[in-house]
Amino acid sequence: MQALTLNQKLGRFIVNWVFLMLLWIMFTSTFAAQELIVGGLLTMIISLLSIRLFTCCDLSLLSPVKIFWMVYYFGVFLVALIQANLDVARRVISPSLPINPGVVKFKTKLKTNYSKMVLANSITLTPGTLTIDVIDDTFYIHWIDVKTTDPEKAFTEIAESFEKVLLKIF
Amino acid sequence: MSIMEIIGGILIIIGSIFLFLGALGIYRMPDIYNRLQAGTKATTLGAMSLILGVGFLEPSWILKSLVLIIFIAFSNPISSHALARATYRRGHYPLILSDDKENMDAYQEVVPHEKEKEEKV
Repeated sequence: MQALTLNQKLGRFIVNWVFLMLLWIMFTSTFAAQELIVGGLLTMIISLLSIRLFTCCDLSLLSPVKIFWMVYYFGVFLVALIQANLDVARRVISPSLPINPGVVKFKTKLKTNYSKMVLANSITLTPGTLTIDVIDDTFYIHWIDVKTTDPEKAFTEIAESFEKVLLKIF
Repeated sequence: MSIMEIIGGILIIIGSIFLFLGALGIYRMPDIYNRLQAGTKATTLGAMSLILGVGFLEPSWILKSLVLIIFIAFSNPISSHALARATYRRGHYPLILSDDKENMDAYQEVVPHEKEKEEKV
């Protein structure tokens, strides 16, 4: 990994700190002063130690525009998750078991590892698709009901709605 | 019964229905990849709904249950992806029902099929 500039380090440290602090508040479920002080100190030490390890993004991740798109992404994802479950339920219950499984591939425009991970996870949880592997920018997807084996069409069918939003976040 | 208890109960019932459908899917589907499909999706929403229902019944736990839901949303698909990938590399290839067997399995350009293993499966 290349050396980080001081600005990058500071940005990653702050992003890490904010997310760890949010996690702390959720775990303790209280705003009592002593809890907040201890949590603030602990999360500060952890995020100082893990500047190189656990961070993906600099300070721009916390801009209101990106946070708006994150919430929007969560909404899109939730709708897809519920659709996926109704879809699975329909296939499981119907006596003829309507499946036509196969493996398709497509290419993504996303660059960073974290955005690819989020996309792969979302694909796994959306209707009828399961990510088998990601190699560079190619996704290999097991599809329970293959509609097309053409990579471009498969991309529009499976991933386009997620990628549009992810490109705005990462 | 307060309104929170009713919402919590409904969420728990929905969660258990989806978990049951996931189990039924694992029983009915023909090969491991389709079973993973049914297992992952149904258990993710099922567990999420159940945990959220518990959060509604016990309001002081709701933030903790939200953290659990986030962790489940991240870890469940990763584990099923790891299972599917390992299975493929171990030599168990997906069942193809359509006639166009060559084009239906794009992953074989990464992991070429081995003939003798294919017969065993």
